[in-house]
Amino acid sequence: MEYTRTVEALKEGTVIDHIPAGQGLKILRLFRFADTGERVTVGLNLSSRHMGSKDIIKVENVALTAAQANELALFAPKATVNLISNFEVVKKHKLELPEAIEGIFACPNSNCISHTEPVESHFYVRPQGTDTKMKCKYCEKVFSKDIVAEVR
Amino acid sequence: MANPLYRKHIISIADFSREELELVVDTAARLKRQPRNDLLAGRLIGSCFFEPSTRTRLSFETAVQRLGGSVIGFADGGNTSAKKGETLADSIKIIGSYTDAVVMRHPREGAARLASEFSAVPVINGGDGSNQHPTQTLLDLFTLRETQGTLENLTVAFVGDLKYGRTVHSLVQALSLFNARFYFVSPEQLAMPDYLCEELNERGIQYTLADSLDDVIPQVDILYMTRVQRERFDEAEFKKIQGQYILKAEMLKNARTNMKVLHPLPRVDEIEVAVDATPHAYYFEQAKNGVFARQALLSLVLNETV
Ligand SMILES: [Zn+2]
Repeated sequence: MEYTRTVEALKEGTVIDHIPAGQGLKILRLFRFADTGERVTVGLNLSSRHMGSKDIIKVENVALTAAQANELALFAPKATVNLISNFEVVKKHKLELPEAIEGIFACPNSNCISHTEPVESHFYVRPQGTDTKMKCKYCEKVFSKDIVAEVR
Repeated sequence: MANPLYRKHIISIADFSREELELVVDTAARLKRQPRNDLLAGRLIGSCFFEPSTRTRLSFETAVQRLGGSVIGFADGGNTSAKKGETLADSIKIIGSYTDAVVMRHPREGAARLASEFSAVPVINGGDGSNQHPTQTLLDLFTLRETQGTLENLTVAFVGDLKYGRTVHSLVQALSLFNARFYFVSPEQLAMPDYLCEELNERGIQYTLADSLDDVIPQVDILYMTRVQRERFDEAEFKKIQGQYILKAEMLKNARTNMKVLHPLPRVDEIEVAVDATPHAYYFEQAKNGVFARQALLSLVLNETV
């Protein structure tokens, strides 16, 4: 089974599995995994019994934090995050939508004061139906998560 | 016990509870009835207009001086260090160290919230880009209460540009704390934004989208007019809608006796001058109320008890 094999292949690190196909690269950018210098393996459009097709990311020697797992919940709420140590799953993160996200995304409103001042961006996060809304703490504009995620 | 607004930043109407809104309205009414010239005695207020707004600035500065306070500041950000590249964060740290409170207006959205994070003294938002203008909402609420005797269960029609008008958005949000019922009368291109309608749905507030001013007038306690700007349309489009959002005196013949017409001013031609002479016109008194609402706010922010 492919799932088992991919986990087995990793000695230390994090496996993010069951990412909806197409979101994998976005998540890779979100956490800047490529910048860690560690070996990153990405699988795109893999076949999944439950999801049809999925993406998967494995990063060696990097443990995703609980806060990062919550940020991940924005894009892939049904993803699974397993922390691996010595080939064993030592922790599974449960994904929960964070109340706020700081510093990762820029505000899509180009006239927002956050762009020109020495502050981190700051969004309040709120699920709404199938979408997730993000409200900028500064300009108070509300955006769909996909719009915020495009601007970085 | 200190009043709940004492030493608070005043940034966004969404930060106010119902009780706090009522406190400002009550205090404004009291100060209009019994003027005070001592509530800001010995206080120095920074009046920092990073973009010009003569009306708002004069209203604030009148409020400060009527209460016995004094003002320093600037009327146009073009001449300040902001032009030389100083951050707002730095400017406000410095101005805050000179003064007891800072009133500010800024062309960028979020400027007041940001300033509040860097200021040692309370920041009062006098408008941040297209975002918030809380003192306009407070003066509107004060005027509604003054004319209707209550803020509870009012029926209010908003007319004109409901898409870009922050005045309208904030007042709608504030009134939804008081179980208001709304009519929204606008051209389709300037309709109330979806996110606000969704908010009203979530709060269970009733509203009706209407295209005819005539149908709505007999139904409401307040007719809140705004200007439909020609620039928002191409010429042909504007011709089509022009006139549909203009209030004429004869249209008021079926209005309720308690009905008042409000407008944030300046008006151009959306309220015919003949309306001014009707008992329904209240927009000039509304503008005057701006001074009392700002007096109330400044008094509450700078005094434990008023
Ligand atoms: Zn923003």
